[in-house]
Amino acid sequence: MKKPARNLTLFLLLAPAFLWLGLLIVLPHVEILILSLSERVAPRVYAFGFGNYLEFFTEPLYWRTFARTAGISILVTVLTLVLAFPIALYIARVAQGRLKAILLLLCLLPFWVSELVRTLGWMMILRETGVISYVLLATGLTEQRVEFLYNDGAVILGLVYGGLLFMIVPLANALESLEPAVVEAGYDLGGSRWTVLRRIVIPHAMPGIVAGSIIVFMLTVGNFATPVLLGGKNGLWFTEQIYAQFITRFNWPQGAAFGMLLLLLSSATVWLGLRLTGQNLGTTLRQA
Amino acid sequence: MNRPTLAWKLYVGAFYAFLFAPLLIVAIFAFNASQFPSPPWQGFTLEWFIGTGVVFGKPGVLVDPIWLDSIANSFKVAIPVALLAVIIGTVNAWVLERAEFRGKTVLAMMMILPLVIPGVVLGISILAFFSRLANGLEDWLQTDLDFLRPGLPLVVLGQLSFILTIATLIIAARLRKFDRSLEEAAFDLGASRARVLRTITLPFLSPALVGAGLVALLMSFENFNTTLMLVGSEAPLPIAMYGQMREGASPAINAVSLMLMLAMGGTASLFALTSKQR
Amino acid sequence: MAHSTDLDIVNVTKRFGAYAAVNDVTFSVAPGEFFSILGPSGCGKTTLMRMIAGFEDPTSGDIRIRGQSMLGVPANRRPVNMVFQSLALFPMMSVGENVAYGLTCRGVSRAEAEERANRMLERVGLKGFGDRRVTALSGGQRQRVAIARCLVLEPTLVLLDEPLGALDLKLREHMKIELKQLQATFNTTFAYITHDQSEALVMSDRIAVMNQGRFEQVGSPRELYHSPATPFVASFVGETNRWQGEAAPASNGAISVRLPSGAVIQGQGGARQSALAFVRPEAIALAQDQISLGNLPNRFEGRVSAVLFDGANSSLLIEAPGFDAPVRAVLPQAGPLAGIRVGAPVHVGWTADAMKVFAA
Repeated sequence: MKKPARNLTLFLLLAPAFLWLGLLIVLPHVEILILSLSERVAPRVYAFGFGNYLEFFTEPLYWRTFARTAGISILVTVLTLVLAFPIALYIARVAQGRLKAILLLLCLLPFWVSELVRTLGWMMILRETGVISYVLLATGLTEQRVEFLYNDGAVILGLVYGGLLFMIVPLANALESLEPAVVEAGYDLGGSRWTVLRRIVIPHAMPGIVAGSIIVFMLTVGNFATPVLLGGKNGLWFTEQIYAQFITRFNWPQGAAFGMLLLLLSSATVWLGLRLTGQNLGTTLRQA
Repeated sequence: MNRPTLAWKLYVGAFYAFLFAPLLIVAIFAFNASQFPSPPWQGFTLEWFIGTGVVFGKPGVLVDPIWLDSIANSFKVAIPVALLAVIIGTVNAWVLERAEFRGKTVLAMMMILPLVIPGVVLGISILAFFSRLANGLEDWLQTDLDFLRPGLPLVVLGQLSFILTIATLIIAARLRKFDRSLEEAAFDLGASRARVLRTITLPFLSPALVGAGLVALLMSFENFNTTLMLVGSEAPLPIAMYGQMREGASPAINAVSLMLMLAMGGTASLFALTSKQR
Repeated sequence: MAHSTDLDIVNVTKRFGAYAAVNDVTFSVAPGEFFSILGPSGCGKTTLMRMIAGFEDPTSGDIRIRGQSMLGVPANRRPVNMVFQSLALFPMMSVGENVAYGLTCRGVSRAEAEERANRMLERVGLKGFGDRRVTALSGGQRQRVAIARCLVLEPTLVLLDEPLGALDLKLREHMKIELKQLQATFNTTFAYITHDQSEALVMSDRIAVMNQGRFEQVGSPRELYHSPATPFVASFVGETNRWQGEAAPASNGAISVRLPSGAVIQGQGGARQSALAFVRPEAIALAQDQISLGNLPNRFEGRVSAVLFDGANSSLLIEAPGFDAPVRAVLPQAGPLAGIRVGAPVHVGWTADAMKVFAA
């Protein structure tokens, strides 16, 4: 191919990628950055300033919601990891052949179903007129209906449930690659079950643990429906603040500032996780 | 480690029960002959699927225009998203695997980035940017540009912003496995460049193209966070469901969820089948 | 009108930056000839082949097929077809569709293409395989499909890029013979590239030995083996003993080489100072006593240091004073020396004609 023709081909091939990344990713984020830095000085008049960010720090509801979102997300990530690890270990190292494939498929199935359907299920189980409350009443364990919904426990339960798959798959992949002979050597050299787990299995699974944790944290922080539906008025999730500013109050600059803060929290965690373990974003995401 | 303890086995069992409990509850109560999606069990009925509303005061999903419209809206979004994702994803995969140019690693990195941006943030940034664009263009052209305002076309763009990453990765992974000598062989046997693409490269890629299309379809149907920020008056299914769930819905929502589960399960199995043909 | 040559390569050079992968190569291939290009990996043979096929353009020089220059003609318009190293059978098509592919590209109707493909499959011994998947074939069958796919187009020249490389040893031996027979029945010109000297020696009418982008020698297998033109050819083609020393003239046109130990050996060739001497293992005569070696100019006494038994390719390593490496000879498996063991004393000798001397 001649040089001008080749350049034209390259240009045509690159055009969709540039349109996509430019119009849908880069420019929109530049837009909310600019928006977040404009203060309302008079009705319909805006000027450059950090007012929206100051507002975040001076209004306790805002920064407390932010801190709460971050805190609960960390808790959810840890819980998900603890709950998922034995399952991933079982899938990767105990189950064989068909059973292994079936267990993994069963893990995947619920997550192809919409987040809203899953949340609906939990609402039907937990609410005052729901399944648990009904069973407790019917068996005489309680005198009256009990509300399990609209509290932090329900929110955490729903978020952990939503994160499990994204933890199990990378964990199982990482554990899968551990040579059985290495584990056997660990026992052979006198290691107890616990020592082998701590000294051999967990260090080997570290890339999977990091990948899973990053993804679960990202998804949890950015979640909207689960905390709002399961937490109700007590949900207080930061994404809800963004929604409220943008859609309900129509205060876009304030919402944009919140969006930037959420993006910062999410990217900082991803960056920190990768930094701590010296891994690369592409390979980490591909594991999931 | 190959002999699991009883406690471990019990835990695995309990875990899978936990995993499926909410879905089973949703499915079972789709058939409950009651006005409310909650126990006690009042008997089996298909009223919430096909009922006309005579029995419970509200019609079943398949005759209720509210649900039917939202399903139609979801398709109006999902089909363009899936088609565009496959077409643009193929071009992107080509760029990643075949083209040589400076700054390729940066571009490859950029293509992955949308996956680490929270969906809500993607939603508001696209909303804000396109509003500004619309304002500017409307002043300049002196016409209304409604497709840049919240509504289904904007939802398509918003969903594309991150679904394209996934489509690109799926197709690029397949293209990486392609043996270039097949193309050379076809060319050597007298095929034109276009014919090589049509008879060799695209057939090889086709499982990935179908797979990427199905995944895009699924993700579009399920997406909530980004869609919520960009939706106008026509609500796709997840948005409609969200509205109903906040109000406290009838078992019709269970019926629609069950249908969604079956459709998703079917599509996902189809994807699993296509991706297994290596 | 028939042209006297099928392929002419004229002063072809291919540079990648400053590096010349193919450096001023010239040769011709006659119609119906089985021509091999033999060389170590990285010698430029693949680049040369890809230029003939049309996947690379030469930096300078000309490539002519039946007298027609191929410069600027894309690969899909050249009367040349290639059998790829990986075979590159199309996995998405059946065997028949693979063979018919080139025909349909030419606009031959589907029915006729199928008919001709089936006839071709029959000729290569794959009758009735048309509907099979290519993945369901054995290594040898895949090979034949790859060749049939080219031959059905009746090309002037078939290029083969180490197609036997992926096969196991036994099948490779078998395919060497089969390939040669196929070429003879179709009487098509084959240009074959390989790094395996045995493949080249067994199948070719003529071989070009290539090294570092240049042709070292072009000739029949026997010429290359018995009269190598360069030290590279002498050591690359076939097993050989190799010694380095100082050259000095000797009587009756021979040349003598003084080894570092002081031992002197005599051979044929040209060298002034530093010299390399090569002797084939099978040219080394063995005897239990000195007298039987009679009037050989090179006679030495040694001791068997190793017996390398490998059936018909078995050899002996003999430790002889004056030689820094053991002398390699063919293991006698009949006669008085059959059953010779490690440690046994033995006399070795060779004629001056058998030893090729080159300037180092």
